Amino acid sequence: MNFETTIGLEVHVEMKTKSKAFSPAPVQYGQEPNTNTNVIDWGYPGVLPEVNKGALEYGMRAALALNCQIRQDIHFDRKNYFYPDNPKAYQITQAQTPIGHDGWLEIELEDGTVKKIGIEEMHVEEDAGKNTHDPDGYSYVDLNRQGTPLIEIVSKPDIASADEAYAYLKKLRQVIQFTGVSDVKMEEGSMRADVNISVRPIGSDQYGTKTEMKNLNSFEHVRSGLKYEEQRQENVIRAGGNIQQETRRFDVNTGETVLMRVKEGKSDYRYFPEPDLPPIHISDDWIKKVKESIPEMPEERRKRYVNDWGVTEYDADVLTQTMEMSDFFEATVAQGADPKLAANWLMGDVSAYMNDKKLELAEIALTPEHLAGMIALIKDETISSKIAKKVFKQIVANDTDPKAWVEEKGMVQLSDPAVLQPIIDEVLDNNAKSIEDFKNGKDRAVGFLVGNIMKQTRGKANPKVVNQLLMASLKER
Amino acid sequence: MAITAEEVKHVAKLAKLEFTDDELQMFAGQMDDIIKMVQQLGEVDTTDVPVTSTVAEARNVLRDDVAEKGTDRETLMKNVPQSDRGFVKVPAIIDESEAQ
Repeated sequence: MNFETTIGLEVHVEMKTKSKAFSPAPVQYGQEPNTNTNVIDWGYPGVLPEVNKGALEYGMRAALALNCQIRQDIHFDRKNYFYPDNPKAYQITQAQTPIGHDGWLEIELEDGTVKKIGIEEMHVEEDAGKNTHDPDGYSYVDLNRQGTPLIEIVSKPDIASADEAYAYLKKLRQVIQFTGVSDVKMEEGSMRADVNISVRPIGSDQYGTKTEMKNLNSFEHVRSGLKYEEQRQENVIRAGGNIQQETRRFDVNTGETVLMRVKEGKSDYRYFPEPDLPPIHISDDWIKKVKESIPEMPEERRKRYVNDWGVTEYDADVLTQTMEMSDFFEATVAQGADPKLAANWLMGDVSAYMNDKKLELAEIALTPEHLAGMIALIKDETISSKIAKKVFKQIVANDTDPKAWVEEKGMVQLSDPAVLQPIIDEVLDNNAKSIEDFKNGKDRAVGFLVGNIMKQTRGKANPKVVNQLLMASLKER
Repeated sequence: MAITAEEVKHVAKLAKLEFTDDELQMFAGQMDDIIKMVQQLGEVDTTDVPVTSTVAEARNVLRDDVAEKGTDRETLMKNVPQSDRGFVKVPAIIDESEAQ
């Protein structure tokens, strides 16, 4: 029996607004527990929440970037549940009128084909607080995160494999990051994925029963968890069993999924319209304004790099994978660096250094100014490419101005014929055999002589000038 | 359609409450009365009346994205039965079934 797989993803993204979705408490990480929270977050009697306009507009921005239609008449709903991560005992969400619907994203598959993944809906809601379970039998609750605005993006069941799910997540992160509404860092929890998956025999006109995995916090876990679950479901069905609708947990250590609980029905959340928040009408004008506020997306940046700066399609694609890299590249070019050289250094030595040290661009000492400074020194032949490697090592790890450092260390390339000619003459005087070899057509002799000249100048001689002077001198001998 | 003790039990479970069988019977009766009262609304003809999520006139009540300092933690903790190092201390509920 052969199967086809159906995967749907629900992705939560934390917005980087200044204040919470429905209260003015600050959105800020790494603070003392329960200091960035207020009586509205805690659901005290008599408090009145108000919708954060910034959060709503960020939601619209994300919806537009994901090619969604904007629903122009919306209201919020209460999703009721009892759990100590939320003292209100309900989450404010948009169950009936999600702000965005019927969007899509294009992902590129391994064979290079492009596939459109539909987005069912996208809505704005609030995050819950954080519980830390302790072996002492208690949970410790920090409500700083309570009320942080979230975007939830629900894909259509268009995803047919774990690899497609991986590609979709990467694309989604890229698009959201470039809209500027979130840092979308999975490892820090500002992006979290719930996945559901079912398999059915090829040709069957009904979806199989799906299982769910919640709060996966790395792209790799999503891919591995889905691959395992796909295989498990196929095995169960082949053995004549039935798949049960259940929530499973991906065990990072074993790479397997294990049963958490059998799923409860949706109606248990007893949704109803949030009576504290009046409905919202979104005018055409408002949509237009938000549309204009969306920063340049990767696709547009890519085109600009290729058309205006002569960067190759491939390089432009790599440079626009993350906003950090793209911004760094543009800042380097803005400092006067040659775009092609800047691209080469960023994708080559800079990326290699980051991989080696396991650091992000923001964490390394290199600045666009210093990279541009070094590229300028290479371009105007102040330093040779060999010396450039040394300069790079210095500026990537230390906050050093390349020009000042090169001068201080006496690494400036020797290009002045008046200085180089006497050195060349001396080397030639001492290597009569090589001159003879050269005259007999042995080109290798030139390399030997150049090597000697380089040694005499401790690598500082400008190879181009040396070559010109040497060839002229050889002809005269 | 009368409310059953079974339904009361289900709702109680969602609210993390436990009742005796006698209490379940009592609440079933009470809830049934409430539902019947509310069902009288069904007598009103609502053809051509759009679905209503609010009866207030207000629309687009929005706040600019400006942060204000949170409520003083000491004050918040005055209503917390148990706290520890600034955390609210609660009996551990490991089942994350309802955490979004």
